[in-house]
Amino acid sequence: MLRYVLRRLLTAIPTLFLIVTLSFFLLRVAPGGPFSQERGLSPEVRANLERVYQLDAPLWRQYLSYLGNLLHGDFGPSYNLPDFTVADLFRVGLPVSVQLGASALVLALILGSILGIVAALRQNRGVDYAVVALATAGSTIPTFVIAPLYQLVFALTLAWVPVAGWGGGALVNKIGPALTLALPQIAIVARLMRGAMIEALRANHIRTARALGLGSWSVVVKHALRGALLPIISYAGPAAAALLTGSVVVETVFAIPGVGRYFVDAALNRDYTLVMGTVVVIAVFVIMFNLIVDLLYALVDPRVRYD
Amino acid sequence: MGETTPLLELANLDVRFDTADGEVHAVRGINLTVAPGETLAVVGESGSGKSQAMMAAMGLLAKNGRATGSVRYRGREILGLPARALDEIRGAKIAMIFQEPMTSLDPLYTIGNQLAEPLMRHKRLGAKAARQRAVELLTLVGIPDPERRLRAYPHELSGGQRQRVMIAMALAAEPDVLIADEPTTALDVTVQAQILELLRSLQQRFHMGIVFITHDLGLARHFADRVAVMRYGQVVEEGPALRVLTRPEHDYTRMLLAAEPTGTKAPPPDDAPIVLEARAIDVTFQIGGGLLAGPPLEIRAVDKVSVTLKQGQTIGIVGESGSGKSTLGRALIRLIHSEGDIRLFGQPIGGLDAAGLRALRRQVQIVFQDPYGSLSPRMTVGEIVSEGLRVHEPQLDARTREQQVIAALEDVTLDPSLRNRYPHEFSGGQRQRIAIARAIVLKPRVLVLDEPTSALDRSVQKGIVELLRRLQREYGLSYLFISHDLSVVRALSDWIMVMRRGQLVEAGPTEEVYGAPAAAYTRELIAAAYGLTDAQEGAASAGN
Repeated sequence: MLRYVLRRLLTAIPTLFLIVTLSFFLLRVAPGGPFSQERGLSPEVRANLERVYQLDAPLWRQYLSYLGNLLHGDFGPSYNLPDFTVADLFRVGLPVSVQLGASALVLALILGSILGIVAALRQNRGVDYAVVALATAGSTIPTFVIAPLYQLVFALTLAWVPVAGWGGGALVNKIGPALTLALPQIAIVARLMRGAMIEALRANHIRTARALGLGSWSVVVKHALRGALLPIISYAGPAAAALLTGSVVVETVFAIPGVGRYFVDAALNRDYTLVMGTVVVIAVFVIMFNLIVDLLYALVDPRVRYD
Repeated sequence: MGETTPLLELANLDVRFDTADGEVHAVRGINLTVAPGETLAVVGESGSGKSQAMMAAMGLLAKNGRATGSVRYRGREILGLPARALDEIRGAKIAMIFQEPMTSLDPLYTIGNQLAEPLMRHKRLGAKAARQRAVELLTLVGIPDPERRLRAYPHELSGGQRQRVMIAMALAAEPDVLIADEPTTALDVTVQAQILELLRSLQQRFHMGIVFITHDLGLARHFADRVAVMRYGQVVEEGPALRVLTRPEHDYTRMLLAAEPTGTKAPPPDDAPIVLEARAIDVTFQIGGGLLAGPPLEIRAVDKVSVTLKQGQTIGIVGESGSGKSTLGRALIRLIHSEGDIRLFGQPIGGLDAAGLRALRRQVQIVFQDPYGSLSPRMTVGEIVSEGLRVHEPQLDARTREQQVIAALEDVTLDPSLRNRYPHEFSGGQRQRIAIARAIVLKPRVLVLDEPTSALDRSVQKGIVELLRRLQREYGLSYLFISHDLSVVRALSDWIMVMRRGQLVEAGPTEEVYGAPAAAYTRELIAAAYGLTDAQEGAASAGN
């Protein structure tokens, strides 16, 4: 198992290298540059700026120096937020996004699983229809509708929570964005879990357990649920990577200082180093969570072996 | 056997299912009893309701099923009991084992864990005592090295071993009644004999009543004291096993008995031309391996096997699962790659390009075992049968093609007016006829038949056997008949090849191989399929 983990970590290196290389050159193919949108910038000033950031050097030299810096953990300075390095921005923003994303993920896994299991056990009855309807609504109503509704009802009308802002990470500030992030995930997990449980309850070995009079707790929890966890695990990996690296909409609507906005903002402003930093961070998260998924798989299903 | 209170009594039991196509009346008011130490065989073909009746008795019907009537265990009504009360009886007093040894155990838990569960629940044993008892149970059902096996997962055991574990689980709480639903159908014949022997000895030891659900009349005759024959949800005949199966009173029982394959096949004349000749065929599979995983594991599925097939000949290739018989069949028609020399109609196929191979393929067609999986569900029967024509005779116009499809369907005695329907609208036997029509529409000279009758009921199988015989007579076809079913092979083949672990064990004319098998393994196979029954017949009559 340890050998497998090491091998996977080793193969992550060429993957990361490819991602970095591809994004670096793709980004440069796009027209414009970090300073092309500044108004009233004289050609001399612009040339000076580009010299400072070494943007006047040949592309291959820029690429090599970026790679070299990256190897030392240096993501470079941000072009549009000149007082900060990319690493600074992530040091501040990433914990915020991770906290929100993790709360949403935990909420989604717990609530979604419970809803899905209940629906599966009451298949084609009232509870089941209610869960399916809720799940459909949850995954179709967009976040940019849910978030303002939440603000309107709970912040403006009832005044239970602040409208927006991080508030230094106070609980009342976190509820709204975490719920908004979690809602579509709850819906997806509930639907997945419902399907997986219905499938699992149909298995022949469940019939065996019933025929041996093992009782419904053992049948449902011990024998059916464990098998039904597998599709949830495969979904949760990529979902975790996406949630923990922040959400543009939720962070914008609730004015959260996370990293979710960086990707879009940076891409629009041709903030090369910040885009690259975001790409690297997301790639690392995706690779890491895929590895965790594969390891969890082996833990749940003894037929999966990596040695 | 004197008067005894029945252990299990089904009275006027009725089972209905609500389906999208309306209500299905699966079991229609049956009455059955089992006494201690007695074996009742419930015999019938698929869809007769034999399994559903027992599932109903155990409270295991699917959600859309409803059972009415009465099921009594030692006089106590158990039909319709709430799950909690039923769980005091299921597994504890009445246990059930199933047909599918591969899927009836939970793949995610060890054998030890699953064996301990009924012990802890019904016998109120602690974890340690349960473990100890689990070792005893595994020893009882003949699993070698039980201490170590406790830590094994189901996928690490063979089918026969899993069925033994299943039996051990069922016997864990020492039930009075064991319901065995086709417990040996998915197993090889030699394993089947062992499992039945095990059940018999356990029955004597614990004085259990056994309900033995089976489609196999031979098994019922030699394993059961009484037999109930079911059809369309009703018991059509019931009585002592020997009487019912030797002097049946009901027409349906007579028909079932007559459906056992009979007849022999005469060898082709000595001067018949050779249509297929293969020398020293080798097939190896590589498992695993990769850049960082080291060298792959090599498995030799077929090991230096030679075949000579003459025109009009039927070679029966028999062997248990994993013997390589299907792999050999596929290698011979180049569905998979093999080493060795193959000649079709005298022409070596090794050096042929794709086009040349396609021209030869037309002459060699294959029919597969699974009549459900081997027909595309999204094509009509007409499209399925005509597909080969489109490939091999693209110059045909639509009308001629249609005529040939109709002729092929008539050849397999299917109504050609059904050709615009889809496969799911046909029964298993009809689907196998469609598969045969698809093969013969190209007028091939060689047919590879890979277990074409194994998924079918005996009475349906009989029709397919007769069809194959007639087609062979009319078109001078040569067959490679691959099967684990020794009686079908005997009825259809004039030459037998026995395979085991990829190697040819024995080959010869059918009556020689069956009458005086040379290899010990062949003797074992034949004993398991036929001899077992003879030996048990002797024991049974001695016991009476």
